[in-house]
Amino acid sequence: MTEFVTYLVSGIALGSSFALIGSGFVVVHRVTRVVNFAQGSLAVFGAMLSAWLLADRLPHGLGEVVAVLVSGLAGLLVGLVAIGKRGTPPLISLIVTLGVSMLFAALIIWLWGQDPVAPPGLDGFATVFGAEVERQRLLVVVVTLSAFAVLALFFSRTYLGKALTASASNPHAARLVGIDVRRMGLVAFALSGVLGGLAGVLLAPSTALSFYSDLPMALSGFAAAVFGGLVSPLRTLLGGLALGVAGQLTAGYWSGSYQTEVALLLMLVIMIARSRSFTQEEAK
Amino acid sequence: MLHIDDLVVRYGSAVALDGVSLEVGAGEMVALVGPNGAGKSTLINTVSGLLQPTSGTVALEGRVAQVPEGRQMFPDMSVEDNLLLGGWSIRNKQLDEVFDLLPDLAGMRRRNAGRLSGGQQQMVAVGRALMARPDLLAIDELSLGLAPIVVAELAEHLRYLNTERGTAVLLVEQEVALAFDLCARACVLEAGRVVASGPSTALAKSDAVRKAYFGDLADLEVAP
Repeated sequence: MTEFVTYLVSGIALGSSFALIGSGFVVVHRVTRVVNFAQGSLAVFGAMLSAWLLADRLPHGLGEVVAVLVSGLAGLLVGLVAIGKRGTPPLISLIVTLGVSMLFAALIIWLWGQDPVAPPGLDGFATVFGAEVERQRLLVVVVTLSAFAVLALFFSRTYLGKALTASASNPHAARLVGIDVRRMGLVAFALSGVLGGLAGVLLAPSTALSFYSDLPMALSGFAAAVFGGLVSPLRTLLGGLALGVAGQLTAGYWSGSYQTEVALLLMLVIMIARSRSFTQEEAK
Repeated sequence: MLHIDDLVVRYGSAVALDGVSLEVGAGEMVALVGPNGAGKSTLINTVSGLLQPTSGTVALEGRVAQVPEGRQMFPDMSVEDNLLLGGWSIRNKQLDEVFDLLPDLAGMRRRNAGRLSGGQQQMVAVGRALMARPDLLAIDELSLGLAPIVVAELAEHLRYLNTERGTAVLLVEQEVALAFDLCARACVLEAGRVVASGPSTALAKSDAVRKAYFGDLADLEVAP
């Protein structure tokens, strides 16, 4: 039982970071219809930067916050390159984000080298249902849930959040009321940078990240986002958690070599089942 | 307040507006009528700033807000949020001004705009445009797809708005009787050109205009 709880909490923590990355995909796609494949790179960038800042440059807390905010600026830069030119088709923007993710990998190697990095996180263990769980993993879960709550409040309660939602809902009407939809797209890219950076900063202390961690993280985040139909942050959270838990249970009870494959296979089955239920609902 | 001079708008090689000139005075209601493809929506979108002219000028003293064809709601958002976003350009969040003019909207403020009837959505579209505190309201097809009784109610609101607030109206409308009834002056577009303009009463009696654009409208009644 304690073993199961340990795997479960680890899975929820890992899945939380997938959900954060996935929500970055969702935020950008809702507003711009672009799939931002630089999302994994933003997470790795945030992790690397926080490790660098926490190496006797900034204290805990401030270092992480600065890393997340700079990741937001990096997200904005990705947006400027991807959608800065008016009328760029979403497919072209997607290719641009792939190119930018390669540039990020080169930049990360240039700045911080090729070795995996694990910045210091919360020390020690906490007891959860009799199992010893790293406090850092619990922090990941708490911060992720808080981030999703803040995100929900931002979209539903703030004027800027409503303008972002409106831009996603009906871009033509948004332009009619004077909302600059392209600028809203850039805000979405900056927000995705914050979410990606937050995922990297939270995950890196317990799972060392390197420049080549971007693709697996992007794929897992994208799978979570697809589970949410690329529109729903809440379903993306659920998708991310399912991915993380399935992966950790596979690694714990079977083999770590198959954890990603089993998790993605599970997602595939769930998505096929959901698409069937959607089809049945549409038929009604 | 609106001065359009020799306006040309092209979509690639296609000419949508070809040398259109038009004036709308402060507090005036002007109808823009004509067959499908005449360029009416292009003109209203150019006035609203959504389209850029190829040549010519659009000069506006004050603010313009558009009530678009097809209502163009934010369907998953509440009526209140739809209205609030209407004030985005001037950061106006005072809903009471609109609720005073369109009291029905207050009762449906929490409902999803996408679940309203066509008439209710049109009222939201008008209210959303009013949130920008416009000096000119550019309306594209007020009556499209709506029951006559709903159209009559909306027309009353527009009259009230024009009389009480002095808001000028540029109305694109397929229902000629409604357009001429609401607006003292009208302008007829065909193939991107103004082919007739003047008082609505005179245009309604013009045989050439009636035959060319409105078919047999012997029963057409225009308010004095």
